Amino acid sequence: MALVAEKGAAVPAHDPMLPRVARVRKRQRDLADVWTLNLEMEDGEPLKFAPGQFNMLTVFGVGEIPISISGDPAQDGGGLVHTIRDVGTVSGALARLGPGSAVGVRGPFGTSWPVEEAKGNDVVILAGGLGLAPLRPMIYSVLANRKHYGKVALLYGARGPGEILFRAELEQWRRRLDIELQVTVDHAETDWYGSVGVVTTLIPRATFDPQNTVAVVCGPEIMMRFGAAALRKAGVGDQSMYLSMERSMKCAVGLCGHCQLGSAFVCRDGPVFRNDQLGSLMTVKEL
Amino acid sequence: MNADRARTSQMITLEMDGLQALLDALAKRGYRVVGPKLRDQAIVYDDIASVRDLPAGWTDEQEGGRYRVTRRSDDALFGYAVGPHSWKRFLYPPIQQLWRARHKGSAVSVTPEPMPSERFAFFGVRACELHAIEIQDRVFMNGEMADPHYKARRANAFIVAVNCGTAGGTCFCVSMNTGPGVKQGFDIALTELVEGGAHRFVVEAGSDKGREVLAALPQRAAKPEETKAADAVVAKTASSMGRTMKADDVREVLMRNLDNPRWDDVAERCMTCGNCTMVCPTCFCMTVEDASDLEGLETSRSRRWDSCFTMDHSYVHGGSVRASSKARYRQWLTHKLATWVDQFGTSGCVGCGRCITWCPVGIDITEEVSAIRNSESR
Repeated sequence: MALVAEKGAAVPAHDPMLPRVARVRKRQRDLADVWTLNLEMEDGEPLKFAPGQFNMLTVFGVGEIPISISGDPAQDGGGLVHTIRDVGTVSGALARLGPGSAVGVRGPFGTSWPVEEAKGNDVVILAGGLGLAPLRPMIYSVLANRKHYGKVALLYGARGPGEILFRAELEQWRRRLDIELQVTVDHAETDWYGSVGVVTTLIPRATFDPQNTVAVVCGPEIMMRFGAAALRKAGVGDQSMYLSMERSMKCAVGLCGHCQLGSAFVCRDGPVFRNDQLGSLMTVKEL
Repeated sequence: MNADRARTSQMITLEMDGLQALLDALAKRGYRVVGPKLRDQAIVYDDIASVRDLPAGWTDEQEGGRYRVTRRSDDALFGYAVGPHSWKRFLYPPIQQLWRARHKGSAVSVTPEPMPSERFAFFGVRACELHAIEIQDRVFMNGEMADPHYKARRANAFIVAVNCGTAGGTCFCVSMNTGPGVKQGFDIALTELVEGGAHRFVVEAGSDKGREVLAALPQRAAKPEETKAADAVVAKTASSMGRTMKADDVREVLMRNLDNPRWDDVAERCMTCGNCTMVCPTCFCMTVEDASDLEGLETSRSRRWDSCFTMDHSYVHGGSVRASSKARYRQWLTHKLATWVDQFGTSGCVGCGRCITWCPVGIDITEEVSAIRNSESR
């Protein structure tokens, strides 16, 4: 798709800052402040992505933010699905877009979950809050190729019962015999019959062989820090642990400088990092 | 001594009329010639047409938080160090439109901003600044994610470098191995000789483009004593640096001192104004801004220089990652001198001293590094 400028020299076919136009096909409310948008590229060319990657989404005239892809990469039409919490100007505007609205899309960017590397191993998926959304493409991929993996545990923590994301889907997965699903909440009223406590309390209860386990972790940074420590305590090595980091991003191509974490550009070298690569970067305050 | 003789044979000498002819030749070839000019009591980079536009007889006094232009005793055209501007503002403009989108009913068409067609000739690029341009080349021309706007401007640029005849009070290019003499990356290089009433320029070409331009100028071959005098100018400047910094192991020193109490000390003084990042010739952070007309029929995105000293720079929902000034100063310094090396295979500092001079409270990068270094031996 070569683009030609109105005047002057031709623009390179690949201008990384130029969004493609997509349309909202479906909008669904997941939680009080969380919405999932199914997008479709207007030019009909599906956007291929790997689990864990993200796109830069633009609401025209408002702004652009990075959002992880939460859809199924194997799905027809590309599974171009994003789950968005309304926390700011752009995320709020995205959450309010109805079917047919235009969205600018740049991407996909960044590293992906170790779908291939995890084959032949047990898989522990540790998710906190909205962190389940970037992990969902990984879950789809693992379940679609279930026989290539050992035991699979999905350990999910939410703030409260009303904050449990993708609840219907979790119920479906719970009925499967080939995945161990455990859910806990930080706080609950008397009508909650499940576990109460932080997500790390689920790790000792799950069945997996720590020596042959690949763990993927996504959630608030503090949850990932404690999650990684708990997994380490359970015997999972840092080389087998993957975390998805979040930083401010304006370009997603390593030029704007915002997403730096030590030497890494989270947009390009992440968002998914192997924990031994992160090393001390997780323990220095305000790095 | 064969190499020396070979070099001498390539050197030419221009008088003042030759220098004017060089400016004319560049303009005639369609270049927009930009060079040093005295404006608002500072030497800045702006459009020039004549040697009379250059700050003849001016120099600058530079110290931590202090910059003054003063008269020299001679009429040297390049008798000062670098000012608040760098060539970054031309290759990577402070504000750059990226695209416009037109909205008609539900249809949206996104049109990229045309690539810049402007061809710059930079007149009077110092050795440290040549290195700064090379460093930004690595940042912006990083393979498939390269910035097309930078690439286009850079490909068209013609560089007339100047060997430094005066070291500024905050200069430390010798420590960073980036000056004061230019070695490569230029089309033409000048050394100014002002002595005994004679005002000449010893000139060499660094590219075919440069040779082609020089060939048409009124000139003569440089005499061996002129070449020697030119070398002496650089040597004298090298020996009068205002600052020094031990740079060989600075990356390791900083990375093992991320919790050093000196960061708290500098945070007491740092106002997080971001001046250092604006005047730095290599700082490249930018942010994007979206705009819309009142009816929403045309929307657009532009990018503008940003600074890691702002709270917004690290803002994710819920707050800034680097909320304290300590964290923001540490980010700037460790990026510049340490993580930059991991990212781009070079230090991000060229020793130009601008961040020291233009810091309103005179925080000195060389002093901060040595304070952290010295705290280790205590």
